[in-house]
Amino acid sequence: MHVAIIGNGIAGVTAARWLRKLSDTVRITMISAESDFFFSRTALMYVYMGHQRWEDLMPYEPFFWKKNRIDLLRQYVERVDTGGKVLHCGDGSTLQYDKLILATGSSWNKFGWPGQDLRRVGGMVSAQDLNLLEEITPEVRSAVIVGGGLIGVELAEMLHSRHIHVTLLVRDRSYWSGTLPPEESEMVSRHILSQGIDLRHDTELGEIVDDGAGAAGAVITKSGERIECQYVGLTAGVHPNIDFLSNADGLETKKGILIDNYLETSVPDVYAIGDCAQVREPRPGRTPIEAVWYTGRIMGETVAYNILGRPVAYDPGIWFNSAKFIDIEYQVYGEVPADGRKGMSTIYWEHPGGEKSVRINYDGASGRVLGFNLMGIRYRHEVCEKWIADGTHVEEVLQKMGMANFDPEFYKQYEAEVVARYNRQTGSNLQLRQQRSLSAALRFLGFKSRTPRTTSPQDAQ
Amino acid sequence: MPSKSTQKNTLQYVGLGLFCIALLVFAGMLGIESYRLTEADLIATIAPNPDVSAPEPQSGPEGGTVSAGSSGGETSAEDGSAQETDDPRARLLYQVQGTAFSEAARQLGLTDQTFGSSFSFTDRAEEVYALAKITVDERVDQLKADGALPEGISEWDVRLGDPVYFKEKLATLATLAERGPVKDNPWLFLGLTIGLGLLGGLLYILPKFSSHPGIKNNHIYHSQLTKGLNLGWRSVLLAATAAGIVLYGIRYMAGDYFWPAVTAGIALVIIGLVLFVQHSFGRDVRDAGPAGLSAYLGILAGTYLIGFYVLLYWMPHHVTAWVTMVNPVKQGIFGTMASQWFLYGLLYTLIILVMGVRMISRYLHNKYQIIRTLSVMFFQLAFAFTIPEILGALNQPQQDLKNIWPLDYDFFFGWQLDQFQSAGALGTFMLVWGIFLVIVGVPLMVHLVGKRWYCSWVCGCGGLAETMGDPWRQLSDKSLRAWRFERWIIHGVLLAALLMTALTLYSYFSGTSQLLGFETWKVQKWYGFLIGAGFAGVVGTGFYPLMGNRVWCRFGCPLAAYLGLVQRFQSRFRITTNGGQCISCGNCSTYCEMGIDVRAYAQKGQDIVRASCVGCGVCAAVCPRGVLRLENSSVDAGYRTVAERVIRVSEGEGVVMVG
Repeated sequence: MHVAIIGNGIAGVTAARWLRKLSDTVRITMISAESDFFFSRTALMYVYMGHQRWEDLMPYEPFFWKKNRIDLLRQYVERVDTGGKVLHCGDGSTLQYDKLILATGSSWNKFGWPGQDLRRVGGMVSAQDLNLLEEITPEVRSAVIVGGGLIGVELAEMLHSRHIHVTLLVRDRSYWSGTLPPEESEMVSRHILSQGIDLRHDTELGEIVDDGAGAAGAVITKSGERIECQYVGLTAGVHPNIDFLSNADGLETKKGILIDNYLETSVPDVYAIGDCAQVREPRPGRTPIEAVWYTGRIMGETVAYNILGRPVAYDPGIWFNSAKFIDIEYQVYGEVPADGRKGMSTIYWEHPGGEKSVRINYDGASGRVLGFNLMGIRYRHEVCEKWIADGTHVEEVLQKMGMANFDPEFYKQYEAEVVARYNRQTGSNLQLRQQRSLSAALRFLGFKSRTPRTTSPQDAQ
Repeated sequence: MPSKSTQKNTLQYVGLGLFCIALLVFAGMLGIESYRLTEADLIATIAPNPDVSAPEPQSGPEGGTVSAGSSGGETSAEDGSAQETDDPRARLLYQVQGTAFSEAARQLGLTDQTFGSSFSFTDRAEEVYALAKITVDERVDQLKADGALPEGISEWDVRLGDPVYFKEKLATLATLAERGPVKDNPWLFLGLTIGLGLLGGLLYILPKFSSHPGIKNNHIYHSQLTKGLNLGWRSVLLAATAAGIVLYGIRYMAGDYFWPAVTAGIALVIIGLVLFVQHSFGRDVRDAGPAGLSAYLGILAGTYLIGFYVLLYWMPHHVTAWVTMVNPVKQGIFGTMASQWFLYGLLYTLIILVMGVRMISRYLHNKYQIIRTLSVMFFQLAFAFTIPEILGALNQPQQDLKNIWPLDYDFFFGWQLDQFQSAGALGTFMLVWGIFLVIVGVPLMVHLVGKRWYCSWVCGCGGLAETMGDPWRQLSDKSLRAWRFERWIIHGVLLAALLMTALTLYSYFSGTSQLLGFETWKVQKWYGFLIGAGFAGVVGTGFYPLMGNRVWCRFGCPLAAYLGLVQRFQSRFRITTNGGQCISCGNCSTYCEMGIDVRAYAQKGQDIVRASCVGCGVCAAVCPRGVLRLENSSVDAGYRTVAERVIRVSEGEGVVMVG
């Protein structure tokens, strides 16, 4: 069997690795137009800032692919012939496949702004985006970034590291307030401003002005303000890369490629995973397209099972994510809606310094814990997840909170203050009974009682 | 304007300027002295007249205890020219050698002549030595023929050895002969070098404390000082240096090329094993690094450091100006003459203190880093420098009580054991304490908290690596090939240290000087030269700017190898990975000074238990997603380090997150 994978991002690579782990005989070809080898997209910013070299972004050494017999093809697939099971590449060559995995990822959005196609206007998603930015950087003294998501603040940090004046336009009244609860959102806004980045709330892009030579020279906001700049970063979300599939027979797409619970598209033997996939029936509380690293990885592993005839339904599990807003780390586990929801109670503790916080959401009626939102403090994924999965009572969680703490040694532990906060809020009299402890966490997770699962050969080192 | 460097204020530029001036003066001052030797000093140094109570020729090596682990300098093994009054041997030496030297010196014009450089002076002194050697040989032959050698004195007591053994005397002669601005104004030069360097360094570092706490890695790979070289250039420079050391070693061993040849042979075997048996040859490694030659400032810094170590270890007669400069400090505080080891210890300590302040300024948000850095600063200042200096001033063995065999490779040498035994209760304590650390202290502490308690909290080599070396931690090679080299070399050095010590103890207790034809003193001398000086010093520190700050600790340190074995198989310490949060960004691997590919484990959700991990905690500090944590626990270290754990997919259970 020959499995072709279009795209060598985290989803495609995880699929390839698991295909090989589960089967010694399957032939695997991974095709990418972007780069020779898999790299960590989320780390592109570190190359620009001089923290890492391009090669440091590659999680596997080049020999890994040969050793695991994963063929790499640097090509742009222009057309998929689903009937004949043939891929047509940019240079006219073709490739036969038995099963196809589409893992083509996404690109940054343009919303029809005047001037959006000028030179020195771009996003920050691909290796090419990074190269382009590096090329034009010498011409840039000030920049405007449009969109207050994760990539927006990263791009701002990147440009800021090169001593470029950055104006960050955010549509909402505080940073990423569609996702972060108000207190956390305001904390991030404060932090961005304190770094010397000109963050403008309630501001939307109107148009991008040509500098007379075909490149961006300024932006005009919807309220008519003109901001001079030599670069405009567009970071208002991403959309799936599916244009090349427009004449693939029988392949149903909406925003992304529609897939069923087994990650299969409307065409038999064609699967879609990662950013480009749109789940037909998402689980309650989840969105049809989740363009994050972790879901790409889960889909990649799941699709390998399905392709090899061992059906496993896709399950994104309990939501988790993490990010870093310049110097503030962020972790979220479970349900943390920006504006809460009916029946959900919350405990929110914030450090007086204003750059650390803990939020615990729980069901007001039953007391079952629902979610954790951490700013500037690290919590254990496994512990939080188990509490949420078990529906542990919030008071039980609070008393054992230290078990979840994952901050480095010698860091002050704030769990007692969170408990005190809960006591003030509810009139209870709880005590923190568990400090930070790996032993306690491991006992709680019960590792001893588990047997390692059996798979085929281990990954190559 | 956009730029690829960090922003500096005027004060910081001034600091950099002052620091560069200090470096230039430090190098340049070696060339401004002149040398004029009196005949009295010559004779007093070579073979003093037993009838004249001439002032002791001062300045001899005072033992390599000064500089934490990495000192490795030659120690003061006696060379058979003991001076005792009313000793017929001393009298004969004075008559034969003393006369030969004064004649040769007069004939060739060594004494009462002014030489413009240490080179012309030592060249002439070596010629004098060669000529005196011929004369001495003739006279000894004559004495032998006449049967006039006094009872109990062998001809070999009187004959002069190979010129290479004249080195230590040469340094003494150069010190006595030195004249010039440094000799006249030592405080001025102390101020212009160490003083200015400290001032410049602090001016550059202190403003960093005002910045917002957080990761400060911007532009590390944009700087010519810290960006490093590609594999090709790195290999060329390393091979050239290693070959240079081994070739010089033949000279150092007075032309005996047995051990240099054995060393070269072992090196070739290891290269062959890694490249051909373990199939690392020609494989694509993830070698990062710019095409072509780069990191010019890094190469310059490396060259400066290598030059410093070569001069310090093997050519002390060219650096008498440095010793002269710090002599008033040593005289003032401890009341004895300085040697090059005092200079080294002083510099080493000051560098760890100043660069420790820098390290703290970079990790203001991270308490683990701050406490750890304060710890290495304390242990260097107190245990490696001050206490041994005080002990020396009190005429006690200058033992660094935190230096542990086999890093402290001469701990069991005969002269060291004799010294402990002759130093009463204190000496006995030192001996027992040293053995206790090796047998109980090290394994117990490593079991409890991992080898970090020593390598990144206490050790002097580690202290230098974590402070002065921090700007270059990202340059360690993360490839599988490098890991293979590491395991062969470091365990090879451990084996060498064990064999060398076994031979030493055998000789000590049996009183024989060799075993199976291997002469103990030669084995010790070669180990000290190759591992103690060449590997730990010249390559270990000189290659900071080219191969990262833990070259010695990762590839060479036998104590690290020992600690590592305990850590790998019998320790509660591990780095835990936080569930499925890893995004494979690679910051952890990039900033791992030990070249561990941390990401390879983290992205699979595996905990990390590696022999080489020194527990510096920087991987956890630079992780942008809070994925890594240094932890100790006796609960289950095994399971979490094997299977891929970020998610579990199976037909039976479906998808289970982080199992």
